[in-house]
Amino acid sequence: MKLTEEYEDLRKTVEAFARDAVAPVIGELYEREEFPYDIVRQMGRMGLFGLPIPEEYGGMGGDYFALCLALEELARVDSSVSITVEAAVSLGAMPIYRFGTAEQRAQWLPKLTTGEMLGAFGLTEPGGGSDVPGGMRTTAVLDGNEWVINGSKAFITNSGTDITGVVGVAAITGRRADGRPEISTILVPAGTPGFTVAKKYSKVGWNCSDTRELAFTDCRVPAENLLGERGRGYAQFLQTLDEGRIAIAALSVGLAQGCVDECLRYVRERQAFGHPIGHYQAIQFKIADMEVRTHTARLAYYHAAEKMLAGEPFKKEAAIAKLVSSDAAMDNARDATQVFGGYGFMNEYPVGRFYRDAKILEIGEGTSEVQRMLIARQLGLGDL
Amino acid sequence: MNIVVCVKQVPDTATERKLRSDDKTLDRDAADGVVNELDEYAVEEALRLKEAHGGEVTVLTMGPDKASETIRKALAMGADKAVHLVDDALHGSDALGTSYALAQTLKKIGFDLVVLGSESTDARTGVLAAMLAERLGVPQLTFANKVEVNGTSIAIQRVTDYGYDKVEAVLPAVVSVVEKINEPRYPSFKGIMAAKKKPVEKLGVADAEIDVAQVGLAGSWSEVADFAAAPPRAAGTVVKDEGDGGVKAADFLASKKFV
Ligand SMILES: Cc1cc2nc3c(=O)[nH]c(=O)nc-3n(C[C@H](O)[C@H](O)[C@H](O)COP(=O)(O)OP(=O)(O)OC[C@H]3O[C@@H](n4cnc5c(N)ncnc54)[C@H](O)[C@@H]3O)c2cc1C
Ligand SMILES: Cc1cc2nc3c(=O)[nH]c(=O)nc-3n(C[C@H](O)[C@H](O)[C@H](O)COP(=O)(O)OP(=O)(O)OC[C@H]3O[C@@H](n4cnc5c(N)ncnc54)[C@H](O)[C@@H]3O)c2cc1C
Repeated sequence: MKLTEEYEDLRKTVEAFARDAVAPVIGELYEREEFPYDIVRQMGRMGLFGLPIPEEYGGMGGDYFALCLALEELARVDSSVSITVEAAVSLGAMPIYRFGTAEQRAQWLPKLTTGEMLGAFGLTEPGGGSDVPGGMRTTAVLDGNEWVINGSKAFITNSGTDITGVVGVAAITGRRADGRPEISTILVPAGTPGFTVAKKYSKVGWNCSDTRELAFTDCRVPAENLLGERGRGYAQFLQTLDEGRIAIAALSVGLAQGCVDECLRYVRERQAFGHPIGHYQAIQFKIADMEVRTHTARLAYYHAAEKMLAGEPFKKEAAIAKLVSSDAAMDNARDATQVFGGYGFMNEYPVGRFYRDAKILEIGEGTSEVQRMLIARQLGLGDL
Repeated sequence: MNIVVCVKQVPDTATERKLRSDDKTLDRDAADGVVNELDEYAVEEALRLKEAHGGEVTVLTMGPDKASETIRKALAMGADKAVHLVDDALHGSDALGTSYALAQTLKKIGFDLVVLGSESTDARTGVLAAMLAERLGVPQLTFANKVEVNGTSIAIQRVTDYGYDKVEAVLPAVVSVVEKINEPRYPSFKGIMAAKKKPVEKLGVADAEIDVAQVGLAGSWSEVADFAAAPPRAAGTVVKDEGDGGVKAADFLASKKFV
């Protein structure tokens, strides 16, 4: 598969940015668990937060595949930076672009597409992430011309930074005729009274990404903050998550590729028993396997993105891409750490960071089990 | 203001670079071509001048077909159009020949200000700005880390070993920039897509009224007589600190005339 000139130029630009502007500073930020404000500002200037959004909203007029290419190149160097863009665009801005009213688009998108503000999406709750809406407890009740929101959300990316602008909150807004909960998405601006953000979680990885628990206590927002139509929340986030899986797949491929890049350098330098360690077949085969996983995972996400952009059904392909690429990331991170020996276990080497950052890829935006459930359902096994 | 930025495509310094064994010129197919690093600063400075004073930024590149990648990058950063001087007759031109060819082209396309990098990363002669100014009969303001335009006058800070000189001139003029001058922007995707639609004019030697006797390998005054691979780096000297490490280190630096 050959990238067109525009995609290739974009890929190269982000590759250079990640190498020159992210790689030299990210290790230290990671150790201090600091949100990378300066990097975000630079990515905003490059237009990375507006890649798939039309120019009339301050975007770049590109498409979702362009976003994926950028996420992959960023994650080759650092996943926290990549997930910050992924969540801001795919979970924050895209639902407003896809489902929002003209006013909502005009109000939020120009700031979100430039990275001046970050968006977030709150679906998961302390009581459950895979089982939505079964585990959902957050409610929003219309009182006059205001929604009154009560409940809490867990693990929400980009929700508590200094530049977080708005969080899309999935909430139960009533009962449907068939007795199941009616779910809607409501836009809650940062700083709304009754909306509080807990301090950052202490995480195993993604240390520079902002992840927090949110609490809503009689939080009131205007009725017009309803995103799109009432009762469409479930359909909205299903679509958002299907797309998001391709983005997470791209990010995972980036991490897997980063492991290959680091190993190719290291095995030429590191000597053992009189040779560079890359001389030994055991090491060569490990790296060959890493390359195979990265390559096949990349093909899987390119294919899913191609179907999505062609307007064809892509649910199964997106789930496959997410599953194989998060596996590739996890396996490559484990192997790369092994190739680096003791240095692989040190935080000062990127592979140590890759190892810590890989595991979440099998959990976030649908666990690997959930991907298998989706694939099986697409194969017609859902009703057995 | 009509600003022309001279941009050269050079082999990526991160890859292994080679000369061709047949005619002793750079093997441009052996390595990825990238924009000469300082020329990105030149493009950025031109764009900033345009943003402040209005006008148009034209990219001028002399190089083989492949150099169109470099032109695309400069256009993606925001330049308005490009002129690509491309002709087999130009292959192997030395600095004199290159400056002549570029000067002829500049006379043809017109300019108020020409901006260059102060040096390329491949040949590194660092003489083009001076040669161009001489050939064009306009002032040269070189090694600028700051450029200010005021109406028809231009002032720069020229970096020197001891600080900087203030140099002023009247437009039209030639300026070369150093890397401290600015922080080049990364092209946005919008810029990348727009670049495809911007005009790129291809000129051959006849179009630019270039006398072929003064360019190319045959027309060059300087000739590469021979070349050899750089010797592998020798092992460093280890100074062991046995209480006198400082003195030993200082002696070593003195022996190499560093102090
Ligand atoms: C760093 C980070 C960032 C995140 N960012 C966001 C965000 O921005 N927005 C957001 O809404 N959420 C976010 N999440 C939440 C994430 O999407 C959820 O953690 C994920 O969907 C899993 O939900 P859970 O943690 O509740 O696990 P659970 O649903 O409790 O699952 C626990 C385990 O049971 C398995 N399991 C569940 N049901 C089944 C079944 N039927 N069959 C087989 N196995 C099953 C799961 O696969 C998993 O292994 C984030 C999480 C993390 C860690
Ligand atoms: C290894 C090597 C050694 C060489 N040694 C010599 C030598 O000793 N003497 C000699 O006369 N020639 C030499 N050459 C030839 C040299 O490549 C050409 O003369 C070249 O076109 C101009 O020299 P430069 O790159 O050193 O220019 P510099 O003066 O170092 O470059 C300054 C600026 O000029 C502009 N510029 C340079 N070339 C172009 C171009 N083609 N198109 C547009 N803008 C441009 C750019 O803005 C650049 O930043 C050598 C070439 C190589 C590959």
